[in-house]
Amino acid sequence: MSYITKPRLSYSGRKRNKLGLAMRDYEGGMSTLCAGCGHDSITAALIQAFFELNIPPERVVKLSGIGCSSKTPAYFLNASHGINAVHGRMPALATGANAANRDLYYIGVSGDGDSLSIGLGQFGHAIRRNLNMLYIIENNGVYGLTKGQFSASADKGSKAKTGEINAQPPIDPVLMALSLGGAFVARSFSGDKQQLVPLIKAGLMHQGFALLDVISPCVTFNDHDGSTKSYVYTREHFHETIHTDFVLAADEITVEYDEGEVVPVDLHDGSHILLRKVAPDYEPKDRGNAISYIQHHQEKGEIVTGLLYLDEQAGDLHTTSNTIDQPLNELSYDKLCPGADALEEIFEAYR
Amino acid sequence: MSKTAKNSINDCVIKLATVNGTGSASANALLTKTILRLGIPVTGKNFFPSNIQGLPTWYEIRISKDGYDARSGQVDIMVAMNAQTYAQDRDEVSPGGYLLYDSTWPRDNVLSRNDITLLGIPLARMCNEVFAGARECVLMKNMAYVGALAALLDIDMKAIEEVVQERFGKKEELIASNLRAIRLGHDFAVENFQCPLPVRTRPMDKAADLMMIDGNTAAALGCVYAGAAFAAWYPITPSTSLMDAFAKFCGKYRTDPDTGKNRFCIVQAEDELAAIGMALGASWNGVRAFSATSGPGISLMSELLGFAYYAEVPVVLFDVQRVGPSTGLPTRTQQGDLLACAYASHGDTRHVLLFPANPTECFYLAVKAFDLAERLQTPVIVVSDLDIGMNDWTCPKLAWHEDYRPDRGKILSVEELEDLETFYRYHDKDGDGICYRTYPGVHPKGAYFARGSGHNEYGAYTEDPAEYQKLLDRLRQKWETAAGLVPEPIIKRKRGATSGVIALGSSDCAVTEMLDKLDEPMDYMRIRGFPFDARVEKFIDSHERVFVVEQNRDAQLKSLLTLELNVNKRKLISILHYDGFPITPDHVLDGINEVGDMPEEGSAA
Ligand SMILES: Cc1ncc(C[n+]2csc(CCOP(=O)(O)OP(=O)(O)O)c2C)c(N)n1
Ligand code: SF4
Ligand SMILES: [Mg+2]
Repeated sequence: MSYITKPRLSYSGRKRNKLGLAMRDYEGGMSTLCAGCGHDSITAALIQAFFELNIPPERVVKLSGIGCSSKTPAYFLNASHGINAVHGRMPALATGANAANRDLYYIGVSGDGDSLSIGLGQFGHAIRRNLNMLYIIENNGVYGLTKGQFSASADKGSKAKTGEINAQPPIDPVLMALSLGGAFVARSFSGDKQQLVPLIKAGLMHQGFALLDVISPCVTFNDHDGSTKSYVYTREHFHETIHTDFVLAADEITVEYDEGEVVPVDLHDGSHILLRKVAPDYEPKDRGNAISYIQHHQEKGEIVTGLLYLDEQAGDLHTTSNTIDQPLNELSYDKLCPGADALEEIFEAYR
Repeated sequence: MSKTAKNSINDCVIKLATVNGTGSASANALLTKTILRLGIPVTGKNFFPSNIQGLPTWYEIRISKDGYDARSGQVDIMVAMNAQTYAQDRDEVSPGGYLLYDSTWPRDNVLSRNDITLLGIPLARMCNEVFAGARECVLMKNMAYVGALAALLDIDMKAIEEVVQERFGKKEELIASNLRAIRLGHDFAVENFQCPLPVRTRPMDKAADLMMIDGNTAAALGCVYAGAAFAAWYPITPSTSLMDAFAKFCGKYRTDPDTGKNRFCIVQAEDELAAIGMALGASWNGVRAFSATSGPGISLMSELLGFAYYAEVPVVLFDVQRVGPSTGLPTRTQQGDLLACAYASHGDTRHVLLFPANPTECFYLAVKAFDLAERLQTPVIVVSDLDIGMNDWTCPKLAWHEDYRPDRGKILSVEELEDLETFYRYHDKDGDGICYRTYPGVHPKGAYFARGSGHNEYGAYTEDPAEYQKLLDRLRQKWETAAGLVPEPIIKRKRGATSGVIALGSSDCAVTEMLDKLDEPMDYMRIRGFPFDARVEKFIDSHERVFVVEQNRDAQLKSLLTLELNVNKRKLISILHYDGFPITPDHVLDGINEVGDMPEEGSAA
């Protein structure tokens, strides 16, 4: 960790969105991460995405676990509620929060340690429940905050700063999400804002669990030669399959495309995701194909990115729980208490 | 061995020894329910194995005209239906008592007690002659012993028939076969034994306003009435039935009539770490939320409980205590989690605890727990146990005041936030250690970032030592506020008493009964909340010696008292019980008498 004072992230201009808010209204406190940390770029992309989506900041709930990555919710959306929980348990808090008020936007920020080691169970079960949230893993292959130990996402053969070689195979959150029935599975790179911002928007607007695994280099502990999560390595091995554009409900689809080249997907709120194939042989609607494609390219050392799988129809936690449309936290007490007469009825049944 | 069974009316214990999974539970319930309907106070305790089918299980029915709920420790009538435990069951009958057994098969070799009366009934043979299927025969054997007991105890057959009819409703065939089996047992007993026995029942009018309910069901009802709309849990005996009951009541009373959708959400979590996390997330977001677990779950939940203490997130948790850890006695009762609950988590952490002593209190204290959790913005753990949670108690009818409104604590509304210049989440405006909170989604001014230890009174991140200390001191002050809000102890004084006794939870029924038997006058204080009310210290100070009765080996309640209060530790004498079964009045009495015989401290022995 460095303690060099950095200028507060600032975004040019007086540009305002449809709510009349400026980009500044989506900013947070000053980052205390190392200069150049990939996580800060993701924060910047998040700010831009929320601004462009015209989401009122108070309608957003930010959640995180523990780690450098998990600190970042303090660095965006100052006017949103947030909860910085304990290590690996963010999904549980998100589940309860989402159950209490289904009308808010939920974004969870986690790290590869937070989600793939201590929190692997909760991460898997949140996917299974199809919790309606955007779940970002800021993936750097190490535990940044505890000073550079290998994490479970470190590739076999990847070299630590100390020279140690990682001997174990990685846990890939993308493959895991695909095999657990994840309905929105994407991977990106903190260094590619063009790809990242639309993916964040699509993930936020998707109804259900949206996993966004973002390779986010740790400049202090894992950005050297021999690391497979460095800026250089990621740029060299980046393999985009599908490019995603996001179009708001109120906007028209203006991108011109040839029949079959771009697949538009309509979201529940009327907005659209446009999927443009970059790799001609990739099929984002076929789970089995996605898994084998990713594995095949991984074997060649390539990092497959893009919106890798999308199913807009899978019901979320509220669908499977059959909860009422109104947020539970808005139900008045008289809608919850059965009253004295019911207790009389219960008394009769218990004697 | 307990006392000789006596000539008695409405004062006896019937113990039913059966095999797990053979359907005896419904026969036993039928018997207890009928006794209750006849106006006689009655309780039923399960002693069951950690098993689904095949292992021995016992159900102990205590009929008590005086309304005593404790396990008495004696057995007047043993119904020995399990060949496997026959010898053990025979030995447990109190001298002068009765042993009812299935005489279909010869058992001469083991019938070796001449201080009890043997009542052999060929239950299997009778049922095999009348009923067809193997399963039906097994079930009907149970009904037949109910019939025999009815004759022996002088229970009105009409009353039994009524309960059977209610139970099976429109299933005429089932009613007929069950009644037939009951009749078989009844008639055999009348023809072959001197009915009724000297130990028997007689209708009373003491139970018209009593209901038979277990603590978990009552606690679940409390959650419904408190307005809890979210629950997360991971299955564990003996707390599972609490969530089952909550789901059942919600299904019945919380379904939106127009849409058929639920005004509640229950998540079966992947483990207790997740269960408490979910409850915290929901509660933080403005819904009354809870979880229920037992000791192993408390261990797993500890980190997040500490987080909730520091971040000041309300949540309600039920700990239905059992014997732990791991396998062995998970289906037995204990008060072994007192310290674990009081100080769950790392750092300077402490939690508000409530101690119900029976299902009635499970109901009312469940409601209270939500009010306290939200008023104090902290976890509140309702510490129950298997004896209270899973056994059948007779309790006064639960009443509900329609004017009850939940105390949601200090929450800022949109309007209040609008008028506020700046909102500071952890600023103690009122000086009682409790700050104002806001819900997400309400107003941009209400936003804050909830964290564990690293926040100052403005809600900003800090690692500053002075700010951290200030936070801790305020939490301490809040703790003192809590001491005045938890339910007060119940103190019963006797004229001339110089000694006192302290207990909590399910030990109460044994202590209460013991005090009635005790010659020496003794004051009694039952603790119902932690932090301790000021009266707790006063009670100890004002007695020469104080017995502390609890159901664990390490005297955890006594430890809590000496840790938290400025009392003379030498005054406190432990009476401990920790074999996994509920404590008996005699055990408490023996403990007191033992000490009574001891020479005074300092005197020459
Ligand atoms: C229960 C618990 N165990 C260990 C830690 C110490 N710890 C803090 S952060 C961290 C690893 C974080 O790694 P990652 O999620 O990858 O985040 P990064 O810092 O790399 O962004 C660990 C092990 C902790 N806070 N809590
Ligand atoms: S992840 Fe690495 S680069 Fe980023 S703040 Fe942590 S230690 Fe620094
Ligand atoms: Mg990491």
